[in-house]
Amino acid sequence: MINKTVANVEEACQGVASDMTFMFGGFGLSGIPENAIGYLSKQDIYGLTCVSNNAGVDDFGLGLLLQRKQIKKMISSYVGENAEFERQMLSGELDVELIPQGTLAERCRAAQAGFPAFYTPAGYGTEVAEGKEVREFNGKKHILEYAFDADFGFVKAWKGDTAGNLIFKGTARNFNPNICGAAKITVAEVEHLVPVGELDPNQIHIPGIFVQRIFQGVVYEKRIEQRTVRPRE
Amino acid sequence: MALDKNGIAKRIAQEVNDGYYVNLGIGIPTLVANYVRDDISVEFQSENGVLGMGPFPFEGEEDPDIINAGKQTITTLPGASFFDSAMSFSMIRGKHVHLTILGAMEVAENGDIANWKIPGKMVKGMGGAMDLVASAENIIVAMMHTNKRGESKLLERCSLPITGVGCVKKVVTNLAVLDITSDGFVLRERAPGVSVEEIVNATAGKLHVPDTVPEMNI
Repeated sequence: MINKTVANVEEACQGVASDMTFMFGGFGLSGIPENAIGYLSKQDIYGLTCVSNNAGVDDFGLGLLLQRKQIKKMISSYVGENAEFERQMLSGELDVELIPQGTLAERCRAAQAGFPAFYTPAGYGTEVAEGKEVREFNGKKHILEYAFDADFGFVKAWKGDTAGNLIFKGTARNFNPNICGAAKITVAEVEHLVPVGELDPNQIHIPGIFVQRIFQGVVYEKRIEQRTVRPRE
Repeated sequence: MALDKNGIAKRIAQEVNDGYYVNLGIGIPTLVANYVRDDISVEFQSENGVLGMGPFPFEGEEDPDIINAGKQTITTLPGASFFDSAMSFSMIRGKHVHLTILGAMEVAENGDIANWKIPGKMVKGMGGAMDLVASAENIIVAMMHTNKRGESKLLERCSLPITGVGCVKKVVTNLAVLDITSDGFVLRERAPGVSVEEIVNATAGKLHVPDTVPEMNI
């Protein structure tokens, strides 16, 4: 087995630099690579382009990088939970490209799978389609969208082994599997890092071939954005 | 009496049939799950990656790894499944989801919908809405008939940036059930005690009123 293990987040993030493009897994704050984000938010790297469905909240997730103005451009589908984000966007400090969620997922997957581009009906006839090639298939209009081209992809899984095989949990899976192998280097952090042989090959969601570096995450806060409960009867 | 949000959800629940996979948007649509008949089998999809959503968890049983598209903690029912975002939108784009229910800021008589942006004021993003409306064949919009200033949300053309083109087929509001046809809005049902005149006055787009317009049965 090829060993993908690195000692810690610092080693996992070796090579990150200003002006790079990063992809981050997570939906809202669920399944975000907390360790990598925490580390990156303490580095002197700026001018970043970040691909992430959301932009975190003011003091957690990608909000940490926004606070330090490390991000030049965000590519997201929904950014409603972050006041600092909104302020930077409206003042023009931050460049924002909003794209449909399914298009975002597929642009990740296309990069992973070696497709340079694809057609989708999502966004046809809207602002999203401006300047994009339109083509009709079976009587329906589609727009051309391109695969992402990123330097690093940061993902978080529940379990992983030293060969980089990953298993996700619940809806913390979200964009994480689609980002694996979509950037030049995929960095996976896991809650439980186990030796090879411990994971059932039948249960693996992402084979290690898509992962370059894996490490045991340290502390997971797993903050809940909307705690909703029902009363016990 | 005009309906409240739960009333709108209750009426829309009547459109949910046995065997349907249904995607519910944030807001009023989320309430629809509470009113679906319990003698039919329906599965709710949330585009962040779960099929077979259940009710909210009991206090103390919230799991940060199990949420819906509104980032609310949820539970799953027996037979549920989790999947990644690309697969989630394969379900949506590939027309495997039978019914999409979502909110809107404006709907036009040609079926256009606007619900993601107010230029200069509010830019939260479209999330999965553009994918949903571009591909779903059965879209119901749940919304109030007028906005907070009392202006109609059913228009000749959307004034806000649109989310999708000519995609809405049915609208359920606090006042009425309307279909969207090639001839504009068609009034199908009135909320209990609401007159046709009231609905006509609250609708800015072209509205066709049939000879008889029954009250909703809810």
